[in-house]
Amino acid sequence: MAANTVLNYLPRKSMVHELTGTTKLAFFLLFTFASMITYDTRVLIGLMVISFAAFRVSHIKLREVRFMLVFMLVFLILNDVFIYLFNPEQGVEIYGTRHVIATLFWRYTITWEQLFYTFNISLKYFVALPIAILFISATNPSEFAASLNKIGVSYRVGYSVSIALRYIPDIQRDYHSISQAQQARGVELGKKEKLLARMKNSVNILLPLILSSLARIDTISNAMELRGFGKKSKRTWYVQRPFSRNDYLVLAFGVLILVLSLVITFWDGNRFYNPFV
Amino acid sequence: MKNSSIKTVVAVGIGAALFFVLGRFVAIPSGIPNTNISLQYAILGMLAAMYGPVAGGLIGLIGHTLIDLSWGGSPWWSWVIASTFVGIIVGLFAKKLALNEGDFGGKKIALFAIVNVIANVIAWIVIAPSLDVLIYAEPVAKVFSQGVFAAIANSLTAVIVGALLVAAYSKTIAKKGSLDKE
Repeated sequence: MAANTVLNYLPRKSMVHELTGTTKLAFFLLFTFASMITYDTRVLIGLMVISFAAFRVSHIKLREVRFMLVFMLVFLILNDVFIYLFNPEQGVEIYGTRHVIATLFWRYTITWEQLFYTFNISLKYFVALPIAILFISATNPSEFAASLNKIGVSYRVGYSVSIALRYIPDIQRDYHSISQAQQARGVELGKKEKLLARMKNSVNILLPLILSSLARIDTISNAMELRGFGKKSKRTWYVQRPFSRNDYLVLAFGVLILVLSLVITFWDGNRFYNPFV
Repeated sequence: MKNSSIKTVVAVGIGAALFFVLGRFVAIPSGIPNTNISLQYAILGMLAAMYGPVAGGLIGLIGHTLIDLSWGGSPWWSWVIASTFVGIIVGLFAKKLALNEGDFGGKKIALFAIVNVIANVIAWIVIAPSLDVLIYAEPVAKVFSQGVFAAIANSLTAVIVGALLVAAYSKTIAKKGSLDKE
């Protein structure tokens, strides 16, 4: 159950939660693919409406995912600032026109094109965020492996993912106790040490962690071999649920979204919607 | 053969968990967005060199995807692919490095270092930025400076921390042919 906290699973009674993990995974992939390809403002706004609506339906409250929101906002602002610092003319290059609003200094001018480009990038984040949060918060981690297998990934890989989710809390606890023990012995990782010494010191923490993890790999793989893992080419999953009507609807909707957004985006032969010409 | 395939499955799982814990909770931010001085690439290099290209690639893929998901965003696929690539390339030299034989001498250290540097340089200076430009249409100058920084930071951690780890690890196992007949 500790894996729940890693990916912040929030159990709830809602339409989104009742969908099978497979549907959510497939929809998430289709949706992120659509939002990744398109830079068309109209499509992005359409996607954002869908994404916010889905979030509404899920009964997950904003404050429960505040941490992710804040992190994403900081990340977004930093990214926008860096894009501007490195290339204040990126928007001009993309849209092919130049409407200057103000000149700051040197090459740093503010143009409508750059503002519009930044707006589009930010929009992309807001499109992807609610769906990503939903995917993580509304899917039971135990269902991940089954879902991966269902959409065509080999069950061995699915099993690797579920082992990873299962052991993240254990390894985190191991890391914590090893690093406390080593710090008690005077191994310094903070700013007091020079970077190179810090790196060398980190080996003192990583080595016990690696050795215990290798021992763990042996134990688990022996246990799995004893139980005949990998003998058959297929396997069943305890948590897998059959598809219901809503699952088919959502999947069809996901495919429709992807196709529509691709068609609208590339209708004029360009990824970008250009209001300047 | 059967046994080693189970071992790969488990190694991928545990490796991805290690990658996740180090990348998510131990990352030292560098001030450049989505770029950290990150210890997980030392672990990735070591495990890839022990368990081969399939395991290496999957550890990078799963570990990196989980980190991105846990931050709450959708995975930044261009960088996820780059991590996968590092794992695969280093893993290709697993047979040559033969870490389980217990001797990690001068030649092998050099090979380990060179392979890690090459894999990281291609991944972060060629693959990640090109995909960033292609997928996300970000400025070329920005993504390449991020890439160069990541390449330097990750190669350094992979070579210094990774090689120290492997050296320390190989001391804990008996050398091949270390027993003498009396």
